[in-house]
Amino acid sequence: MERFNVYASRLITKKEYFSPGHRACQGCAEALAVRLVAKALGQNVIVSSATGCMEIVSSPLPFTNWRVPWIHVAFENTSAVASGVEGGTKALIRKGKLPDKGTVFLGMGGDGATTDIGLQSLSGAFERGHNFLYVCYDNEAYMNTGIQRSSSTPFGAATTTSPAGKLKPGQITWKKNMGEIAVAHNIPYVATACSSYPFDLIQKVKKAARIHGPAYVHVLSVCPTGWRVPPNKAIWIGRLAVETGVFPLYEVENGKYRITVDVPELKPVLNYLKPQGRFRHLTPERVDQIQERVTREYNQLKAKTAL
Amino acid sequence: MGERVGIEVSLAAAEAVKMANVDVVAAYPITPQTHIVEHLSELVANGELDAEFIPVESEHSAMSVCCGSSAVGARTFTCTSSQGLALMNEIVFIAPAMRLPIVMILANRSLSGPLSIWNDHTDVMSVRDSGWIQVFTENGQEAFDHVMFCFRVAESPSVSLPIMMNMDGFVLTHVIEPIEFWDQETVKQYLPDFEPVNRLHPDNPVTMGAFGMPGIFTEAKKAQDQALINSKAEILKAWKDMGDLVGRYYKPVETYHVEGAETVFLSMGSVGETISLAVDQLRAQGKPVGQVKLRLWRPFPFEEFREAVRGVKQMIVIDRAITYGGVGGPVANEIRSVLYLEENMPTITNFLCGLAGRDVTAEDYMAMFEKTEQMVKDRVRQEDYIIYGVRE
Amino acid sequence: MAKSELELGWKDLEVGCVVSEPGNASQYRTGDWRSVRPVWDTEKCIQCGVCYIFCPDMAIKKTEDGYFEANLYYCKGCGICAQECITGCITMVEEEE
Repeated sequence: MERFNVYASRLITKKEYFSPGHRACQGCAEALAVRLVAKALGQNVIVSSATGCMEIVSSPLPFTNWRVPWIHVAFENTSAVASGVEGGTKALIRKGKLPDKGTVFLGMGGDGATTDIGLQSLSGAFERGHNFLYVCYDNEAYMNTGIQRSSSTPFGAATTTSPAGKLKPGQITWKKNMGEIAVAHNIPYVATACSSYPFDLIQKVKKAARIHGPAYVHVLSVCPTGWRVPPNKAIWIGRLAVETGVFPLYEVENGKYRITVDVPELKPVLNYLKPQGRFRHLTPERVDQIQERVTREYNQLKAKTAL
Repeated sequence: MGERVGIEVSLAAAEAVKMANVDVVAAYPITPQTHIVEHLSELVANGELDAEFIPVESEHSAMSVCCGSSAVGARTFTCTSSQGLALMNEIVFIAPAMRLPIVMILANRSLSGPLSIWNDHTDVMSVRDSGWIQVFTENGQEAFDHVMFCFRVAESPSVSLPIMMNMDGFVLTHVIEPIEFWDQETVKQYLPDFEPVNRLHPDNPVTMGAFGMPGIFTEAKKAQDQALINSKAEILKAWKDMGDLVGRYYKPVETYHVEGAETVFLSMGSVGETISLAVDQLRAQGKPVGQVKLRLWRPFPFEEFREAVRGVKQMIVIDRAITYGGVGGPVANEIRSVLYLEENMPTITNFLCGLAGRDVTAEDYMAMFEKTEQMVKDRVRQEDYIIYGVRE
Repeated sequence: MAKSELELGWKDLEVGCVVSEPGNASQYRTGDWRSVRPVWDTEKCIQCGVCYIFCPDMAIKKTEDGYFEANLYYCKGCGICAQECITGCITMVEEEE
């Protein structure tokens, strides 16, 4: 549990802007993340969504789980659609056709939609400086289409297109660092979050929504189905990702780094890898390789916070 | 009435978009559309046009931005050509399904490969089945007038479909022509403010772009098809109202010297003016030749077309695009189908010419006429197509 | 309201297949999915609300006396609430046939 008052749950709005009855798997921490982001943002938001798990489970014609305005166009263009929503609204307000309500423009997509096919449109939207918030729900593979690898799949993870076989040990490349890519665009706010730390996530999303200009939040979204963990362990494994340094929770405000959930002594990565079926083929040597890199990158991050 | 100026047609089109008081322009530069977009960005930079000019990083994003801005109720414009259209192809099919009234000028240019920046209709023919309303303009005046027409028709609540206005690249976009501008008061009378059928807004939360299971998809497509078919009523009304205001009445099918014509040329776009020269010369020789120009491509104007060619014995269909290994150019394909069940269906020859900007003169069209006459005489089967002027 | 898309004809669809009734998917009974369900021991429950916060299906509600219980219409039986409960007062029990 985060070091917050255990009763902090009561401070969160009881309203659900993302309705129950959605068709996500049991124990989907991504659905939880969407629920929390929706609570953080409230009613005054327009959501542009990519194709993916969250889009499919929440919008089977003629039904919708969305209680806020929501648009889905295609897979790789969320940021472009959000740019149009933002730009169109901006023009209409300036020309006196709509009142200015300070609506938040949210773009949401999975890791595939963000780090792979949607990277171009995201980069374009960042560069143009649109006043929007992009939240990436990272379940570390193309889960909706059946667990295929993405550039966000961690080293050594088995997916259907990076299976562990006689020759290859699962994913052979390292996870693309989207946080750093966002920071390199010089946008005012970048953060990482995880649905296992709900208050940290909600605070960051609220902060990001108040930013004028582009903001990016990268949410680690545990997928029990794809990661091969029991559904009830979804929150527990997300917590381990943070406690082992595999997924540090930090924010970068105008280039200034700050770790928001401090872990004074990192637990061994094996604690995180072992319970997941997608890592069960890893040899001790591979685990050491992962440990070395995680430790190194965590120290690099800590060094940045001192700047 | 407005003033009459000699102006590059691209700039006139951009001026028309400005007069239509567009809210969002999202475009990516591609030859030969560039002058339109450059002029629009200049107008925005000078404060002459109050719009968001969104310089997107690709055409795919251009059409995506347009979907977003149209969905919040902003009057939206983009333009592209050829490869740009090909790149945004995915979203081009989605926009009409979502009934978003985006206006796009297509500066017709050949699709690669090989790479070509020059004019033909391979780009527009690649999106024939996309569900957009599609019209063709032939000269500068038509281009200017049809910008107003496009916003008016697309945004009509009973239509709410995106519309593609075709202008031949270079051949039309880059020429200077005398164009009579409308005055702003006339624009105001013709073009009401945009009131979207559905709008993304927190006060009334709707979901746009839900996915379709097999059990509902057919119904969604039927609804979309019917919407395109039904749009014809608004299209005809918009042309009539324009004529009443500015004195130029446009029709889905334009005709030239069809009275008593036994042979008729059919074309789309700017080649029509050159063909008219050939028709004049052939008529001077006593040949009963006429010309039909298709202005409205989608929804296809069945009644007007069949009426225009009634009694014609021979049609020469000019195609400016190719369908490899198929039955001919896309236009001839359509025309043969449209006339298939007609009593005394005319025989139809099909010439593919002017590919990637190759010049086609009045003499060439006269040669096509002679070739056609010969084929009729020799009773040659005419379902084939001829790529005109290819060097062996 | 239609229970499934198969009940709609093409004229019933809204323009552009827009869905204008917010959250109407909440008529779908995801509770049919589960094979176990959570049961609270109110002796041990400290009413902290952690279970409520972590439910991905918004399927936990407060009772009149301030304790928590599953909304069985939606609860998929994932067990996250039982796993995360601070005092361990939630047990997952088998659904009878």
